[in-house]
Amino acid sequence: MENYKLSINGKTQEVTAPEDMPLLWVIRDLLDMKGTKFGCGQALCGACTVHLDGEAVRSCSLPVSEVGSGKVTTIEGLSEDGSHPLQKAWVEHVVPQCGYCQSGQIMNAAALLTKNPSPSESDIEAAMQGNLCRCGTYNRIKDAILTASQSL
Amino acid sequence: MMPKLPFLKKEKSATSTSLSTGDRSEIFRASRRDFLKIGSLATGGFVLGINFQCSGPKGELITFAPNVFVSIGSDNIVTILAHRSEMGTGIRTSLPMIVADELGADWSKVRIVQAEGDEEKYGNQNTDGSFSVRMFYEPMKKAGATARYLLVQAAAKEWGVDPSECDTEASHVILKGGSKKIPFGDLVAQIQTMELPKDEQLTWKEFSSYKLVGTDVPIYDAQDIATGKAVFGADVNLPNMLIAVVRRSPVVGAKAVSFNDEKALAIPGVKKVVKIDGAGLPTALDKPLEGIAVLAENTWAAIKGSEALEVEWDLGPNQTYNSSAQLQEMLKSTASAGTVKRQRGDFSKAKSSSGKVIEKTYLAPFYAHSTIEPPAAIADVKADGSVEIWAPSQHPQWARGAVAGALGVELPKVKLNVTLLGGGFGRKSKPDYVVEAALLSKAAGVPVRVQWTRSCDLHHDYYHSHSAQRIVATLDDSGNLSGWNHHTVFPAIGAGLDAAPPSDGELDLGCRDFPYDVPNIRIESHETTAHTRIGWLRSVSNIHHAFAIGSMLDEIAESKGVDPVDQAIALLGEDKDLVFAGEMVGDYGNYGEKIEDFPWSTARMKKVIETVAEKSNWKANLAAGKAIGFAAHKSFLTYVACVVTVEKDAAGNLLIPEVHYAVDCGIAVNTDRVRSQFEGGAQFATSLATTSAITLENGKVVQNNFDTYQIIRMPQAPKKIHVHIVPSKEKPTGVGEPPVPPFIPALANAVYKLTGKRNYELPFKA
Repeated sequence: MENYKLSINGKTQEVTAPEDMPLLWVIRDLLDMKGTKFGCGQALCGACTVHLDGEAVRSCSLPVSEVGSGKVTTIEGLSEDGSHPLQKAWVEHVVPQCGYCQSGQIMNAAALLTKNPSPSESDIEAAMQGNLCRCGTYNRIKDAILTASQSL
Repeated sequence: MMPKLPFLKKEKSATSTSLSTGDRSEIFRASRRDFLKIGSLATGGFVLGINFQCSGPKGELITFAPNVFVSIGSDNIVTILAHRSEMGTGIRTSLPMIVADELGADWSKVRIVQAEGDEEKYGNQNTDGSFSVRMFYEPMKKAGATARYLLVQAAAKEWGVDPSECDTEASHVILKGGSKKIPFGDLVAQIQTMELPKDEQLTWKEFSSYKLVGTDVPIYDAQDIATGKAVFGADVNLPNMLIAVVRRSPVVGAKAVSFNDEKALAIPGVKKVVKIDGAGLPTALDKPLEGIAVLAENTWAAIKGSEALEVEWDLGPNQTYNSSAQLQEMLKSTASAGTVKRQRGDFSKAKSSSGKVIEKTYLAPFYAHSTIEPPAAIADVKADGSVEIWAPSQHPQWARGAVAGALGVELPKVKLNVTLLGGGFGRKSKPDYVVEAALLSKAAGVPVRVQWTRSCDLHHDYYHSHSAQRIVATLDDSGNLSGWNHHTVFPAIGAGLDAAPPSDGELDLGCRDFPYDVPNIRIESHETTAHTRIGWLRSVSNIHHAFAIGSMLDEIAESKGVDPVDQAIALLGEDKDLVFAGEMVGDYGNYGEKIEDFPWSTARMKKVIETVAEKSNWKANLAAGKAIGFAAHKSFLTYVACVVTVEKDAAGNLLIPEVHYAVDCGIAVNTDRVRSQFEGGAQFATSLATTSAITLENGKVVQNNFDTYQIIRMPQAPKKIHVHIVPSKEKPTGVGEPPVPPFIPALANAVYKLTGKRNYELPFKA
């Protein structure tokens, strides 16, 4: 077991965890932040997507020991009040069905828009293909990202 | 013994033809004097405290609840209970919309609270079979109308006018003409002492005056989901809770002979190892598999602990089972005579005198539900024997009963809170994972969350059955379809090692209810065995039946050189209500409804076919040689027709640029959620058709995660999905499942146009 000082959503969080514990379980179990979801444990579905220094990463496959001084942002830290353009667009387009994958979808989309504020439809498809949705909200996700990109 | 299929059987609330009478009224009487303590709602969002105080202390919020579904606070907030489970259909929004509209509530002042699992209080909560809106449209209207009646009476008395002079609007009672209005909240004190109205005293709003029903209403939880605040199954945290990950029998029916937990217990955070005695064989829909659970302080330790277990299994009789071999055996069996389940005319005679015979076979694999939220449940078995559960359950009553049974406690001792479901599709009807949590909490003496991993989910699902079908179609000398012989075989829900045929209920899902005017029809089923747990997946056996029928009809149209859309309309014949009189062997289920109440209307089917043809520009695209495919299929009493367009990209990947659906689901309550179910249904069906398959070798499921059990990703999704809702005042029917069945043959038929090669086996590659 090791002690880690993590920067999560702008706050320093101290945790004791084995070095191989994925960041996902640090966030969910040790810090009791439940917005980031578990889907596959192997970086295949994207439900656990968070930002590490602005990059979208799959927290289920990122050992806590590799986070270092990197700044982690979770869905809870994307905006204070749900006012991120993507969150607003998600509500406007009523994207979610069951909603379970949507934290990861939004976090992945947010990283995309940081790099590419005006993505084309094929840019979106390429960037979002790591995030699975079983309900089938892909089209509305795409529409919401396009809407958000216009308001940036 | 075949178990009853919970999604098909005529459950208590479904038997009554008029849902506003009979046992429904008991629900309304049950809580005549219930007052909801709003303060208790704030804690968990879904925890509802009901007490029987008749008045609150001075200054406290007073709430009046004329029935269990609706209560009105002195703060003018209307609280509506959602008693069906939310797994993505939008039902948590759609049913409250009906209440609010009939009541005349301001939607922005409506709070929705999730009901706990309690059949006595709320009636049927089995969120399955696309029947929530069908079953509860009338009861929800009644809940709203009852509250409106009382409010109007109270206001009329205050104003000294006749109640007929009053109406409700935006959470106010108004005097018609608009000269006076009073907020609902100001009337709460007055209506507390009033008698509930009798049914005949209730009045109903005109459909045209509805402001919510029939419109696009955003789901209640959208903001919470977009901000990560929505609470799903694994998101509840309790003090001292341990997390359990279970190593389950790798082969269904396997027993753990012995296990060594030394290495597991050595992992930091692992606290306890507990054996779960499994149901064994025959399999059970409501009991856990045999397994060894590792209980730890966190999920990661539990996962590592479960991997470190050394278990010696007696694999039992299913260890030699291979699904591909069974599929071929089933296929072979369809060439022999089966058990006749529907008979019209004389197919054998038609065949011997026919000008042409087309005979094709169709195969489909096992499918897993693979909800992105793997099963998870939380149980707190307390020292006094009471139990509290939090679970993403589609069928809270079944889960509650299964927990009570497994623990040997009385039902009232079990409180079951329903969280949001991260997808359901039929998987979370089965309460096995909820029972696991309860057994483990009892054994550990602390609250336990059981957490399934993705491999747990794919290895231990209740799978959609693989299937083999053979359709023999005969054409007479004029080229007309004169005979239809459909053989179907698949391991039935609840089947085991003794060979059994599909149940009548499964045959009624898109096979026996073949609606076309063909003079000679013979439907035959065949027996087979089951070597894994079989369940139901979104639209159930409609999936493979519609694939076979829709593909075959396209092939027949091609052989005759006719447009498949024209053929379908012609084959439906004159407008009529089908009752299949004298043709079915055994009862015809009609999705739990009397056929007189929900007849099979060829006119409604023709209308959706004509609509989809017109909206998709079918004729012109067909003439232009576009790769388009068509199919129509009624399921769960909803009429659907579908047109799919396909093409290939430069790399040879199949693309689906456009899909058109036409649907007649009677009254469409929340039109946006009707559309979203069809958008999602097309994407779900694309996975079934092109990417997903579960196979078993030596009794074990081969696929471990989303790399080998693939569901479509964004680039593979149909690009534009147009949903044309046929305006209808008919009784509302569900839309969760009906989008899936017709999509698959429509896609297959389009792919044939593109490639010139027909696909007879799912999943197919273009």
